[in-house]
Amino acid sequence: MASIVNQNAYASALPNFRNLGVVLRILVIVNLVAGAAAVLKSAGLADTWRALLEVSVVVQPVLILSLLVLMVASGALRRSPYYLGAAAVIAIELVVVTLVQVVGRPTIDTAAAPIERYWVLTFAMTLALLAYFDLRGRALSPALSEARLQALQARIRPHFLFNSINAVLSLVREDPRRAERALEDMADLFRVLMADNRELTPLAREVELCREYLNLEQLRLGERLQVEWHVEKMPRDALIPPLVLQPLIENAVYHGIEPRVAPGAININIYRAREQVHAVLRNPYRHDGGDHHAGNKMALANIRERLQLHFDAEASLTAKVGDSIYQVHIVIPYVTAKP
Amino acid sequence: MTTEAAPLAVMIVDDEAPARRRLRELIADCAAEVALTVAGEAANGRAALEFLAEQSVDIVLLDIRMPDMDGIELARHLANFERPPAVIFTTAYDVYAIRAFEVHAIDYLLKPIRATRLREALARAHSAARPSTEALEALQPRARAYLSAPERGRVHLIPIPDVIYLKAELKYVTVRTAEREYLIEESLAALETEFGERFIRVHRNCLVAKAAIRSFEREADGGEGHWVVLLNACDEKIAVSRRQQHVIRELTG
Repeated sequence: MASIVNQNAYASALPNFRNLGVVLRILVIVNLVAGAAAVLKSAGLADTWRALLEVSVVVQPVLILSLLVLMVASGALRRSPYYLGAAAVIAIELVVVTLVQVVGRPTIDTAAAPIERYWVLTFAMTLALLAYFDLRGRALSPALSEARLQALQARIRPHFLFNSINAVLSLVREDPRRAERALEDMADLFRVLMADNRELTPLAREVELCREYLNLEQLRLGERLQVEWHVEKMPRDALIPPLVLQPLIENAVYHGIEPRVAPGAININIYRAREQVHAVLRNPYRHDGGDHHAGNKMALANIRERLQLHFDAEASLTAKVGDSIYQVHIVIPYVTAKP
Repeated sequence: MTTEAAPLAVMIVDDEAPARRRLRELIADCAAEVALTVAGEAANGRAALEFLAEQSVDIVLLDIRMPDMDGIELARHLANFERPPAVIFTTAYDVYAIRAFEVHAIDYLLKPIRATRLREALARAHSAARPSTEALEALQPRARAYLSAPERGRVHLIPIPDVIYLKAELKYVTVRTAEREYLIEESLAALETEFGERFIRVHRNCLVAKAAIRSFEREADGGEGHWVVLLNACDEKIAVSRRQQHVIRELTG
């Protein structure tokens, strides 16, 4: 499901009906329209509730059944050319509404309108939704989101770069082998930092990068920096936007470890729960550390936006400040590269 | 180069062990041309002050970003020494500090440091003017973590959380902690601006730590009586002036 974003012209495409964000949008929009219809139908405000119930009896079964059918058919629909797919969606909707009316009419005894009216309404609603998703797709078109992703690419702190070079220099005479390894870690890190990071990368690769980064920090900070990895249950093949974890760990070192004289531990816990990948990062935290919160907030907002561009509403990032612990929790859908 | 009899004693203050090692190597490289010795090392400002209380040095190479007490605060405390050492700041990257150093003509070195730059800086440091307190204050917009009180050739560090009250007396300010009193040469108004969040003014000449206040009490004095502050950690009572009586309402709510 890695989005391939090389063409510049935008080609219309059906939304992915299996995506939570898409499903939520359909639910919200249809129910808003149904609500508006109920308000129009009712004589007075007191009557609105009854009218809403009447509309719902007709709308909800159609809505839920449609979403189920579309979820199942999503793959086939998205593979076919756009106009064919769109026509198929309209056809599906008309069939669903007819079915619900034919099967359901005897059981729900409400003031029934002629079935043609439902056809017209369903057709109009479906068309409107398709137009909405097409417009939304254009707004978030690869060209645009590519530009946004480019702008959002993680940048490493210059502070880290110069201090690391200084640390490597200090090793050159005394422990040339360790200096070599440190330079290799640095090369890897900067290769990724300078690469085009718009496509998803396997989680195992990102974790490897974090380890290299932490090796370098360990060089500078020695035993002040302790790292606890809990990645035994990590799905190595899960795809993740590159440089999502590393900047968070960098923040943890900068705000959690460096301001302390005593050693402190960064705790990294990555696991899969059902169809989601969770990454939980904890670092020690002091309330009086004043001046750096703005920078941290910006980094979090940046990562949040990148997650949203890749996964929409299915990914989340939450930060929690405890008494002496700062925690960031990322959830992304479990997605792997196609075999 | 310089032709002094005794070699210059240099102290290295940096929280990162590799950075200290690197400086030691560079100083050894420079020693051929400038007579130098590394007199001591410390991993933060407080450890450095403890060392310097015992032994004086000529030059301190001082990292800016350190835990507990950073380089700029250390430099401010060093200014209280009878014979303050020369200070050369070192930093890997700190746009704000570098701009301030340029403005106040304070010497600094960028990490990684080159041997030639270090040699030049060391050669001129000994005779250079010490950075003024005002310049250092401008460099450090945050409140200090300690107050420093010079006393018979030594400098005492008083952690701010230990301070119960600050009282202005003639040209000094008395700093009261649970154990004893210290005298510092600063103005109460400047202290109030710097530590305004922690202390409250109860009298024209007195700031009390909010956390140290146990309660307020009305004391009879023949007339209307006046309010005093009772403290957690010592038995003294501090008078609340009529003009500052509103703080009682603010604190007791």
